[in-house]
Amino acid sequence: MKYTYYPGCSLEASAKGYDESVRFVFKTLGHELVELEDWNCCGATYYMSTKETISLVISARNLALAEKYGRDIVAPCSSCYTILYKTHHILANNSIMLAKVNQALRRDNLEYKLSLKVRHPLEVLVNDVGIETIVSQVRRRLDGVKMAQYYGCQIVRPERGLDNKENPQMMDSLFKALGAQNVYFPMKVRCCGGMLMTTYPDVALELNKEILECAQENGADLVVTTCPLCHINLEAYQDKINNKFKKKFHLPIMFFTQALGLALGGTSQELGLNRNLIPFQLLSLEGIR
Amino acid sequence: MKKRKLTAKIPGILEKKEKELRDAFLLQVSNIPGGESIKKCIQCGTCTGSCPVSYTMDITPREIIALFRAGDIESILSSRTIWICASCYACTVRCPQGVQLTDILYSLKRLALEKKIFPKRFPVYALSKSFVALTNHYGRSYEPGLILAYFLKTNPLKLLGMFPLFFKLFFKGRIGLLPQKIKGTKTFSRILREAEIMEMIVPVQEV
Repeated sequence: MKYTYYPGCSLEASAKGYDESVRFVFKTLGHELVELEDWNCCGATYYMSTKETISLVISARNLALAEKYGRDIVAPCSSCYTILYKTHHILANNSIMLAKVNQALRRDNLEYKLSLKVRHPLEVLVNDVGIETIVSQVRRRLDGVKMAQYYGCQIVRPERGLDNKENPQMMDSLFKALGAQNVYFPMKVRCCGGMLMTTYPDVALELNKEILECAQENGADLVVTTCPLCHINLEAYQDKINNKFKKKFHLPIMFFTQALGLALGGTSQELGLNRNLIPFQLLSLEGIR
Repeated sequence: MKKRKLTAKIPGILEKKEKELRDAFLLQVSNIPGGESIKKCIQCGTCTGSCPVSYTMDITPREIIALFRAGDIESILSSRTIWICASCYACTVRCPQGVQLTDILYSLKRLALEKKIFPKRFPVYALSKSFVALTNHYGRSYEPGLILAYFLKTNPLKLLGMFPLFFKLFFKGRIGLLPQKIKGTKTFSRILREAEIMEMIVPVQEV
């Protein structure tokens, strides 16, 4: 299958490893990702909290650009995914807003006709590709890796009917099939605070401490996540959390595609694992079948 | 918690400012799919109980709706609550009445910015403004520029504390030295100008 790929701004910079690993996983499984030509920032939560119509316009520009190709659009960043999905949802339910947005888009000869499907790679991998197909292509099983699957907020919420919103199972069943041992992790959909790490750091540090504590107490060697913001909050701020709460966290945080890519035989470079600040060393990289 | 006074002095009659804010708010809410469900709130407090940050708020999510009903939007707009919300949608998906609380909080944020009602020390405005300026200019976000602009506007001294993290990420190739630009920046700003006009168009309301 062919998909239109919307990397988003984070995947070009702080979450480069996510970009590399998503591309690797899709390529290895024989699916093509075509990057959307001249995509722009989705607007994220910041734009949404300032101007409504403009935020919908800049997000809809991407939808209008992608619509021409007649393929589903895949957005790995949970925030981009939510914003693009939400934009489609609002426009589909509000004809006045749709008319206003299209009036602005016509300045660049664009129009959004509401025919696009916005999707997240996790859901594409589980539903379109299928766990059985993935398992059949595994070259290095993740046997014995104690893993905590952290979904974060934006991938299952608000309700999209993709997975259980309180106890999602997509990543759990995927990694279980690959041999990993899923630890008990009740914080799997707790919020990491997102941009609060910049605006109200005290609140966000506390939230992230709770998540890390929960993963560690339940014996996780590794936390996998689907979101660049969760990743940077949990990983890059671990030192600050350790200082503030007198803790000794040293927990590797990986994007789910990086862990999946390891199972599919990817190298550290191919998956951008060398970009992570806390290395994960349990797996011997030679063990390819 | 500090004591709040209600602005509605005579029961049932709203002051002019409150009426203006209320109309603007109701218009915003009408744009949200399912926004009218705000009427169905039964004050059960599931939202407050589900919120991971409600303990640091001055007005809890449940109280937001109670204050709206009591006719005191101004207190809501000047609260810390609407800015502490990280929009994780935990309240929205658990609400037994289908109240779209996260999106309602978004519309309250926009209203507060529009009416320039902020709490005293206010970091979110600085961050949003920097983000909007960068995105409008390049068509994409630029993380180092965003952080720089934000700390210069709020607390330049704290910028020093960001350096260790900056270098760590930099050596891992996770910080772009130059901002990424979209090709169609010219047409992009044309779209933005038109969107600016569209933002101001308010549909005529049925009486």
